[in-house]
Amino acid sequence: MEMIRNAAGRLVPVEVNGQKRIPYKGVGKHKPTGVKAKPPVRSCADYPADGDKRQPNLRAALEKAGLRDGMTVSTHHHLRNGDVVTNLLFDTIKEMGVKNIRWFPSASFPCHEHLIPYLEDGTISHIEGSMNGPLGRFTSYGKMNGVGVLRSHGGRYQAVQDGEVHIDIAVIASPTADPFGNANGVTGKAACGLLGFALADSEYADRTIVVTDNLVPFPCVPWQIQGNNVDFVVEVDSLGDSSKIVSGTTEITKSPDRLLIAEYVAKFIELSGIMKDGFSFQAGAGGTALAFAMFLKERMKETGIKARFIRGGSTKYLVQMLEEGLTDYILDGQTFDLEGVRSMRENPGHVNTSPFTSYNYHGKGNFASIVDAVVLGATEVDVNFNANVVSHSDGLLLHGIGGWQNCLFAKCSILAIPSFRDRIPVILDEVTTICAPGEMVDVIVTERGIAINPKRTDLLEAVEGKGLPIRKIEEIRDEVYAIVGGPPQKPVLDRNEVVAIVNWVDGTVLDSVFKVVQ
Amino acid sequence: MNDDKIITSGTPSASAGKRGTAVRSDCWIEITLGNGATAGSNSNTGNTANSSGNAESPDRHNSAGNNDISVKSKVGALYGGAIKAQLSKLADFFGIKGATISIEDAGALPFVIAARFEAAVKRLNPAETREYLPLFGEFDFPDTAKDRLRRSRLYLPGNEPKFFVNAGLHEPDGLILDLEDSVAPAEKDTARFLVRNALRCVNFYGAERMVRINQLPMGLEDLKFVIPHKVNLILIPKVEEANAVIEVGNEIQRLKEKHGINRDIRLMPIIESAKGAINAYKIAAAAPSVCSLAIGLEDYTADIGTERTLEGTESFWARMQVVNAAKAAGVQAIDSVFSDVADMEGLVKSTLESKSYGFEGKGCIHPRQIQPIHAAFAPTSTEIEKAKKIFVAFQEALAKGLAAVSIGSKMIDPPVVKRAEKVIELALLNGLIEKDWMVNYGND
Repeated sequence: MEMIRNAAGRLVPVEVNGQKRIPYKGVGKHKPTGVKAKPPVRSCADYPADGDKRQPNLRAALEKAGLRDGMTVSTHHHLRNGDVVTNLLFDTIKEMGVKNIRWFPSASFPCHEHLIPYLEDGTISHIEGSMNGPLGRFTSYGKMNGVGVLRSHGGRYQAVQDGEVHIDIAVIASPTADPFGNANGVTGKAACGLLGFALADSEYADRTIVVTDNLVPFPCVPWQIQGNNVDFVVEVDSLGDSSKIVSGTTEITKSPDRLLIAEYVAKFIELSGIMKDGFSFQAGAGGTALAFAMFLKERMKETGIKARFIRGGSTKYLVQMLEEGLTDYILDGQTFDLEGVRSMRENPGHVNTSPFTSYNYHGKGNFASIVDAVVLGATEVDVNFNANVVSHSDGLLLHGIGGWQNCLFAKCSILAIPSFRDRIPVILDEVTTICAPGEMVDVIVTERGIAINPKRTDLLEAVEGKGLPIRKIEEIRDEVYAIVGGPPQKPVLDRNEVVAIVNWVDGTVLDSVFKVVQ
Repeated sequence: MNDDKIITSGTPSASAGKRGTAVRSDCWIEITLGNGATAGSNSNTGNTANSSGNAESPDRHNSAGNNDISVKSKVGALYGGAIKAQLSKLADFFGIKGATISIEDAGALPFVIAARFEAAVKRLNPAETREYLPLFGEFDFPDTAKDRLRRSRLYLPGNEPKFFVNAGLHEPDGLILDLEDSVAPAEKDTARFLVRNALRCVNFYGAERMVRINQLPMGLEDLKFVIPHKVNLILIPKVEEANAVIEVGNEIQRLKEKHGINRDIRLMPIIESAKGAINAYKIAAAAPSVCSLAIGLEDYTADIGTERTLEGTESFWARMQVVNAAKAAGVQAIDSVFSDVADMEGLVKSTLESKSYGFEGKGCIHPRQIQPIHAAFAPTSTEIEKAKKIFVAFQEALAKGLAAVSIGSKMIDPPVVKRAEKVIELALLNGLIEKDWMVNYGND
């Protein structure tokens, strides 16, 4: 495999899965040229005039869609760990004897461990999308035929839009749909809130199949997915386990150390002056992020400050803030609990967004960079503020990028992380995999103090003398090394075998993930 | 003590520590003697450090022991080599040879591994007297003043190392490594090694370093494991008579002389019974090293045959008794813990009540209780203004060389000045006044 050193100083392959790749050039340095991908022109003459695009089953739809060896099939991950549609899809593909499929999910979950036999028998050649849990382990040990491609949510939209990934068949699990193919995620027994991750698929795929367990007569309103982009509709008994699609409750962490981190984050946002009338922030569904939102909410209430918008992943906690008038809008990318789904269904201030509006880097702007502060996690960071979110220090892939890279474009990007987990330091000399170049990470908040990127002199000045535990990142690293008994040994990696690449938001290759030697 | 003695000891195998899926930051170590294993016939399989093939393999050549060490660790890929090297070093220290040593590790820190190993060694051979003392951490071990703030003291179960390392980050005034009620009787021996190693290796980030020993006589034995290791304060539980305090004081004195320790080690006797409450003054005044007198209400209410209630009327007398005994003896009065972790409102209310009774501190069983307690003990703005006035008048009197302080026509007695100083200190600590408040005092 021919490798080249990119602008982040990492060795990356110049060709992956038979496709030429552009090495990372620096933030904002790669300027695309040319035109967007061109989905084929269709005619109403080829679709039923009564709008009934139903097929008796998934196999029939796949056959009509012309499924054959080597195609790219996409799915979305709004059903999260409750998804059974993707598993059913590949059971069907296997049954049809079709091989060598490139699976292009917006993310994968542990429930997709079901697909490992299909990766082994060649039904699936490789995954381009997140490789979580068991799939990550499978990939890391070099067992996947092709090379995995990890993209952010925005990067996925960009790849489809730019023609880097051509989707042959998109399969869109839809909690509610009509026979025409209009679909949404706000109603139905598998309600998941919205279907934004499937937008690019519906717009650019050659053929689109909507799969639902809640078929309603035309019109299905709202139509988050437009039937005009849909070829076939398939009814199934169940899209999945609703308790694993959205949780009944999302809970704030009870860990005192995580709460301390969350409290520091909220204090930082307040005392740095970011928290002011009309500001905006993003917080996900992790226990620490939720706790941060709660602490910030208290401070906002006490000081009478209102946000213009909050960027979700929504939860009941963000919904409360919307309903209590602490924000005008929730701009939501996905809903994590039932309250989020209800709010999106009922409240016009709870807006469903897509990776196109929020994250796509090859557009005329996106709103990620309008957000004042974002609070994210990470598996590792290093003293140069480079951060990793896909693999752990043992080299194993365990997470997808999600919207993480895209969110870094917020005016202040904050990583809220423990300084070590079990015995394993989180702040290191060098991260195993770079997912964020150091210049994109502004603040690292740990239970042992807050490290501000020295490039952000404005932030350093803003919090000076405010009583926050501001420390040099090297100091925190050294303290943790002293606690855990020195830096960890390096995992044994086969540097000749790239099992996956990590793309930057502009489609260039930021880093390689190497095979872990067992 | 020699190696032969260990190998010929009657018990072939012993273990210490914790294992299982729920265990975190701890480990389980088993040492089995006399199976003739050698370094060459290592039988590790599966998820062990051996199979991780790390480059920095343990320096086995330093080990004369030929022990068969197997490591199964949650962090094996990253610290398997370090764990193995540490076990090898520990085995050498205790002269263990030809043994099978197994560890099941859930991310235990080195000081925990050392403590578990030593506990297993001493279970194997109770006659072993050598102590494996990890180096003191490279941070401050400050001495503490008799009258330092003791608003909050957080209990850490002595056999639960996962809570130790970050506890100080929550900034309690004191951290208690508990050898008493939170440690199961069968684990009293292992907790001692853990607490000893924690005293040496864990940064308390400025919190006073406290240990609660067991009731006497076991508590006297506990002292051997804590006194030489930079402890600041010993809590003595269930004290009923002054004599218990004197005994502890004498044993501490003996150990200090034996180990050449100069630092002050303070005592906080805890009243937990009717008899203790009756003898409270004698207990508080039993030794000059007593700095505070505390009350433990769970045991006290049981002792008088009642239930502990939120209102606390059943313990009102005892609490006031402790406050008065403490003040009479010139020491701090410290209230019991508030045990409902979820009830933050109740905690604040209860602390304000403690403060109104004359208590200066309260116990915590969860880090989230610390800051609300500090806030509740913080002086009110009226208290601060009054204190400022007294403080300034006192400074002026000092400057003028006056013997007596007065505000207007009112004479101010020394205890009032002292109380004002305390209020100022508390106000500073809580960020309620600026450090240089005196510069602008009276200008507005």
